[in-house]
Amino acid sequence: MFITWSIIQSALELGVIYALVALALFLSYSMLNVCDLSTDGCFTLGCAVGSVVAIAGHPFLALLAAMGACAVSGFVTAFLQTKLGVESLLAGIVVNTGLYTINISVMGKSNLNLNEATTVFTLLKGLTADTPLEPFHKLLLGAAFSALVVVFLLWFLNTRLGLSIRATGDNAAMVKSSSINPAFTITAGLCISGAITGLSGCLLGEYQKSCDINMGSGMVTIALASLIIGETLTRKRGSIPLRAVGVVLGSCLYRIVVAIALRFNLPASALKLVSAIIVAVAIASPQITAMIDFRQKKAAMEGKNFYRQLCLWFAALAAVIALVAVLVPSLRSLLLVDAVLILAFVWVLRKSRAARLQPAETGK
Amino acid sequence: MLKLTNLCKTFNPGTVNRKTALDHLNLTVNDGDFITIIGSNGAGKSTLFNAICGTFYVDEGTVELDGENITYLPEYDRAKYLGHLFQDPMKGTAPSMTIEENLAVAYLRASTAKNAFFSRISSKEKKLFREQLARLDMGLEDRMKHPVGLLSGGQRQALTLLMATIVPPKLLLLDEHTAALDPGTAKKVLDLTRHIVSERNITCLMVTHNMHQALELGNRTLMMDAGRIVFDTSGEERTHMSVEDLLEKFSVGAGRGFDNDRILLSTAKE
Repeated sequence: MFITWSIIQSALELGVIYALVALALFLSYSMLNVCDLSTDGCFTLGCAVGSVVAIAGHPFLALLAAMGACAVSGFVTAFLQTKLGVESLLAGIVVNTGLYTINISVMGKSNLNLNEATTVFTLLKGLTADTPLEPFHKLLLGAAFSALVVVFLLWFLNTRLGLSIRATGDNAAMVKSSSINPAFTITAGLCISGAITGLSGCLLGEYQKSCDINMGSGMVTIALASLIIGETLTRKRGSIPLRAVGVVLGSCLYRIVVAIALRFNLPASALKLVSAIIVAVAIASPQITAMIDFRQKKAAMEGKNFYRQLCLWFAALAAVIALVAVLVPSLRSLLLVDAVLILAFVWVLRKSRAARLQPAETGK
Repeated sequence: MLKLTNLCKTFNPGTVNRKTALDHLNLTVNDGDFITIIGSNGAGKSTLFNAICGTFYVDEGTVELDGENITYLPEYDRAKYLGHLFQDPMKGTAPSMTIEENLAVAYLRASTAKNAFFSRISSKEKKLFREQLARLDMGLEDRMKHPVGLLSGGQRQALTLLMATIVPPKLLLLDEHTAALDPGTAKKVLDLTRHIVSERNITCLMVTHNMHQALELGNRTLMMDAGRIVFDTSGEERTHMSVEDLLEKFSVGAGRGFDNDRILLSTAKE
């Protein structure tokens, strides 16, 4: 069979583990409105610290240690941007660069092997041995952690500190006039989101029984893609609990798409490009729809059919990419890019049509 | 209760854009005062407010509130005692949060305990918010779960006023807070302001561009020009004052005529 349950299951296992990073970004990016680019290094830091502690024989302490280390990393990022006036994007990049060295020195070499180590997964496997749950122990554990973090976030965002964090992302001036220091809310938010990222890194290390210095590269884009898929699933205006669950679903969906793509014998490296396109198109879509709308009006005034032109141009572009992919075997991955482009195009087109049918809708 | 001594603030010092916004300004506000402030464009009215609430630190001089020197107290610490409303209704509320959540954030000023950070909105507070919203008479009490972004400018400004006064501040600063609203809504928000201020006996400073309003509201009127207070009237003198007298006093105090089109137009209109 092309897609078996075991493929779906391992995709879901990865999905729920990576969902934690997307949830961390849900806090820092969607709520606090800070794009934390240190996520890549932070993820690796979580895995590195977790793996080292797990190899030393403390699988549970590993989780806590990873979270602690990454909370410190989040604190440094926050300190740079709130107290030292470094641009928030730059602060993330600077910390990310610095973390590379730190991660290497934590690991001692560029990759670690946890095959011999006891992990939370092997522990649960032992517990569920000979029960019907045994084949699902990894999925259950990952899902339990996701659920725990979702519940924590929902609780946290409704506390006063959580409300202040949301208000900071929405209107920082208002937070100040409510006698809360925005520097404090940003710091608290980034520490927590760092800790969640670290937890994810640590769990992944224990899950795949290895840790590599480059495992975090592109993580922020992949997590953003999951986040955007999730927020699209639940509509951005939905309630916070719905959106948080949507983020987890988005991450699982992303991993299933990845699993399907891998069945097409595409190299795993192609997925980074696909994630990048998903994020770029999703964030750019309001601009693209506005531009299509404007061009359409302009073309109508000149008596031309803009949609036909657009479709022709797009078909030509897709055909060229497909041709290159067919002719050059090493660039087969472009076929996937092509598919994503076509999907994105259809989506944008539908959105722009829907927007024109209901011009009364304003706002974001 | 508020004492400003020798307040100075210069923007862009040492450049061609140098602007002295506050020039050795002295002001003493008494408990329960409702002071209206008028002045030309760039007279330093908003700068005065920003200096009081700590958006920036002043170059010289001291700010004292209730005998406590708050000159170098950061903005968010002063916010415990101060309410500040701006002309722009979008400034005071968080659009994607609900009315209830906005009020909860504003109500944080009431909490003193450190562990309050992890508490949630209690049902007692919800009831309080509901009662307070009902007094605005805008039907907002039935929309507590709606995001504030869906409200109109007037509703948002009324909500901001409620947020600023839900924990009665020692001093309320109103920076032309009705100027961006249509006349009907402006009147409503102004009536609310008057009501809340007198009911809770809040000391209040209000910038206005309407001379009638300046004389009619409150118990004291200040005129500002070039970072100074050029005219200060209260009591008997003020009750008998007309808009023409006020303009006359301005040119005596400032040594030149009044040049705020908006104020002059609003005098002509009424």
